[in-house]
Amino acid sequence: MSVVATEMPSTSGLGYSHSNAPEQVASSIRQDDQLEIRIEFGGGLHLLFSQKPKYTIHIPRTIPSTSQHTNVKYLIQWMKENILSEREEMFIDGDTVRPGILVLINDADWELEGELDYELQNRDEVVFISTLHGG
Amino acid sequence: MPPTPCSLCQTARALVKRPKTGQQVCKSCFFEVFETEVHNTIIEGNGLFKRGEKVAIGASGGKDSTVLAHVLSTLNQRYDYGLDLYLLSIDEGITGYRDDSLETVKQNQVEYGLPLKILSYDDLYGWTMDKIVSQVGRKNNCTFCGVFRRQALDRGAAQLGVDHIVTGHNADDIAETVLMNIMRGDIARLGRCTAVTTEGEDTIKRSKPFKYAYEKEIVMYAYFKKLTYFSTECIYSPDAYRGHARVFLKDLESIRPSAIIDIIHSGESFVLQEGVQRGMKAMQTCKRCGYISSNDLCKACALLQGLEAGLDRSALRQTQDSTTLAPDGQRTIPKYDRHATAFELSTPPKIELHATEGIERAVKAIAL
Ligand SMILES: [Zn+2]
Ligand SMILES: [Zn+2]
Repeated sequence: MSVVATEMPSTSGLGYSHSNAPEQVASSIRQDDQLEIRIEFGGGLHLLFSQKPKYTIHIPRTIPSTSQHTNVKYLIQWMKENILSEREEMFIDGDTVRPGILVLINDADWELEGELDYELQNRDEVVFISTLHGG
Repeated sequence: MPPTPCSLCQTARALVKRPKTGQQVCKSCFFEVFETEVHNTIIEGNGLFKRGEKVAIGASGGKDSTVLAHVLSTLNQRYDYGLDLYLLSIDEGITGYRDDSLETVKQNQVEYGLPLKILSYDDLYGWTMDKIVSQVGRKNNCTFCGVFRRQALDRGAAQLGVDHIVTGHNADDIAETVLMNIMRGDIARLGRCTAVTTEGEDTIKRSKPFKYAYEKEIVMYAYFKKLTYFSTECIYSPDAYRGHARVFLKDLESIRPSAIIDIIHSGESFVLQEGVQRGMKAMQTCKRCGYISSNDLCKACALLQGLEAGLDRSALRQTQDSTTLAPDGQRTIPKYDRHATAFELSTPPKIELHATEGIERAVKAIAL
């Protein structure tokens, strides 16, 4: 498993950047039994992930020691174990995200995609946005 | 799962599930229903605005006011409201927080072509929040900030010559405030907080065009429109009481999304009995700075006097029953001159008051 963090993101309405640095390309090679997933944070959530607003990660295609296809529930657990750097309770609530965090899968509201049960596909993009900060 | 078609146009792929209705809509239908609902809030009844009105958008650089600036300038053109729009920002003087978010506002200024006015606590009160916190500590500093911000917005609006301030308060914020006012027993505020427009005798009109807009939809709108906003928590913030109310509300919403609108409706249904209304204080103007107040001194002048006297948290207990002149050598707030000549002519009526009641209530509220 590898974690590739990018530099500062492009300005994208997610509320964390004034820079226009291009996204870096993942440097490690994905194995056949892995999925490449892009993760993006908005609404200040990147502060909980070593201040990095974008990640490209490689995670197993099936949930370890099961035959089940990797879903969003496993992704959240994987994030907790591998890239969540502080204040866990600001992101996690039980086995899902804390209420008030929006999740988009390939730009669609995850409520339309099956939420935790959505089965991740290679090169899917998952965006987490906190709505809890003031306006 | 196969892509769900939009329940409005039936053709494009649905990307948003609306919390208010459960409707599944595509991106362009979402923009349309969101904007149309705000337009409906604006034209409801006699309408929020008058043609030709000068309106200041209270702009913090955060998501709500950023989306409000975008939507309001869009609707102003689309429906020809004939409004003269401004951006009004308050610089509380918080290093690493407000200076960053003001950059966002400056970006908005360019994007929407709206004139921007920034008013700072430092200019107005001679104190930045950084300085206040170093004197009073991290506890209760939100009270200073809240009192100073409210007055700063009015003063900024007066300087711009605008008749009306709009803020980005959304349905979630209003539901949260209803809950807080119930928990604090603040009946007077409970009656006011759900109103889409508040206007006192001598205060600048304030409205909340996002009263019925869910926070989720505001964030989705900003995301799909790629609007740039700032979203880091205030470094001094922890208003723990409000934080709990917010988490509680989000928990309720995740079980039943209509909870937010239901709480707003509950708040709207509370009606003050006449006896209670009569017990509430008449408004006058602050004897020192001319700002609207229910006591001899407005809260800002009382707090400032405490700060100038070198008090820490106990500055919160500074009396609002006081003489016109500040103690020698202390800074004061410039005269509030919304109606510059009117103030010269009329002396505020002397009313017998329990002068410290307001500030005591504020202290009680934060002590909880
Ligand atoms: Zn549609
Ligand atoms: Zn005053």
